[in-house]
Amino acid sequence: MSAAAHDVSTDAVQETLRPVIEVQNLRKVYGGVPALDGVDLQVRPGEVVAVLGPSGSGKSTLVRCIDQLEEIDGGAVFLDGELLGYEQTPGGLRPLSERGRRDQRRLMSMVFQQFNLFPHWTVLRNVMEAPVQVHGLSRDQARQKAVQLLERVGLAEKVLAYPRHLSGGQQQRVAIARAVAVDPRVLLFDEPTSALDPELIGEVLQTIKDLAAGNRTMIVVTHELEFAREVADRCVFMADGRLIEDRPPEEFFTDPRSERLQAFLPRSHGGSGQERS
Amino acid sequence: MSLMTQQSSEQIDVSQARGRVSWSRILGTVVLSLITLGVLWFVITNERFEWPVVWEYLFNPSVLLGLMMSLFLTVTAMTLGTMLGVVLAAGQLSDYWPYRWACIIFVGFFRGVPPLVQLIFWYNLAYLLPRISVTLPGDREVVGWSTNDLITPLTAAVIGLSLHQSAYMAEIIRAGLLSVDRGQHDAASAMGFSRWNTFSRIVLPQAMRVIIPPSGSQIIALLKGTSLVSVIAMGDLLHAVQVIYNRTYDVVPMLLVAVIWYLVVVTLLTLVQRRIEEHFGRGDAQSRVRAVSGKESTT
Repeated sequence: MSAAAHDVSTDAVQETLRPVIEVQNLRKVYGGVPALDGVDLQVRPGEVVAVLGPSGSGKSTLVRCIDQLEEIDGGAVFLDGELLGYEQTPGGLRPLSERGRRDQRRLMSMVFQQFNLFPHWTVLRNVMEAPVQVHGLSRDQARQKAVQLLERVGLAEKVLAYPRHLSGGQQQRVAIARAVAVDPRVLLFDEPTSALDPELIGEVLQTIKDLAAGNRTMIVVTHELEFAREVADRCVFMADGRLIEDRPPEEFFTDPRSERLQAFLPRSHGGSGQERS
Repeated sequence: MSLMTQQSSEQIDVSQARGRVSWSRILGTVVLSLITLGVLWFVITNERFEWPVVWEYLFNPSVLLGLMMSLFLTVTAMTLGTMLGVVLAAGQLSDYWPYRWACIIFVGFFRGVPPLVQLIFWYNLAYLLPRISVTLPGDREVVGWSTNDLITPLTAAVIGLSLHQSAYMAEIIRAGLLSVDRGQHDAASAMGFSRWNTFSRIVLPQAMRVIIPPSGSQIIALLKGTSLVSVIAMGDLLHAVQVIYNRTYDVVPMLLVAVIWYLVVVTLLTLVQRRIEEHFGRGDAQSRVRAVSGKESTT
């Protein structure tokens, strides 16, 4: 009895220590130009990591590679210790089957810059379809859950609307509800507010903040410095496909070490962080 | 022609305004009316149209049988052609080059060969290939048929029209699939949808908006294209009226019978097409969503 309890506690400790996402020496090349040039990153359970950097620094490519939307050219990505996209076979390391990759992708969710809601489905169906098709929930269960989530993001009265009837901010909040509906191990955000009118950014950031408070593991690529400072447990700075700084937000903003980050921060910080690069 | 500019002090309500007189439109209407009257006059008073004969043969059993055969060929070739077209479209978009090139060459070939040539070719297949069989090593035949038994006017017509149709449908479907935003694929695979679910639930329904209008024209072209099978003695609508006018020499009225039936069916098809387009109008969302988000990203 006591031994069993002991085992459970050590398992739990290891569970909290082991990173949910581990990126090792990740490399990605587009037409001969390296987009990611040896990136290492660890994200522990419940951690919120903000990825910052100038345009073209590889931020989006990084999260897209983690979600296996892009083939990687080198290095490795692990989810809960499991290698993503490849498997060890007697004949060596080989790409995983389509089905195997799908099973891995189900454990992650992604929120896109352009929302990418399915325009031919209602808001409700957008949110409930993945739990039904991919995670085997009954339609009733999925509907209940979807309605709950849409209430939480403040769109209870829009469940039967089509995406085209919503503002950009509302669409993005639906996309967030859709991403959360499958209870992912990790939530990935790819510049979730970059396609929004300035007055709509606040509502979406608030929705993400609420999620962060709920102890979710998240990687957020963003240009919103103030937001990153408030929400993130760690801020990561990327430039030219490399990860240059990886530190807690208070140090990141007050004591940037690299020249690149020093050059990046004041320029964008001119308007007390409200201004986007 | 002195025009007084109305002062703002007066109460003006433009809803009281009357239509603007357009002399060019009035002239156009007069010309169109005269042309219509002239055509009607020609068609009604010209004895050689022999309308009583047209009427007599319009519902003639062999004409109706020919019409049925034309419809049957249209439906069959369209169904088979679309099924093969989906495969060819997907193959052309495959990232595996042997699949891609096989499909591109197939489509290029069957789009390039005139359907009439194909029909005659398939009808004479026995000349090239007297026997169709599956043979094991050591010349042991498992199954086999004489090509002449297999290739009747009907099978030659179905094969020729279906292959012709599949090449055109492949191009139409490919364009439809390409019209769907790349982000939709990303979202679907990020959510863990299988390839089949992504294709059938996300991509295809949105592609239908682009696929349906040209497919409607394609069905209509196919229906008219079935008249080609009369050259291989297949009993379609045109062949049916030909058989009759070869006997009675009523060439013009019998062709009118065929024209009337082609127009009736084409009109019905067009109405059905409009209804289907309305149904998939929901997908119109796509273009508007893109327009909205495009606007937002530039601000």
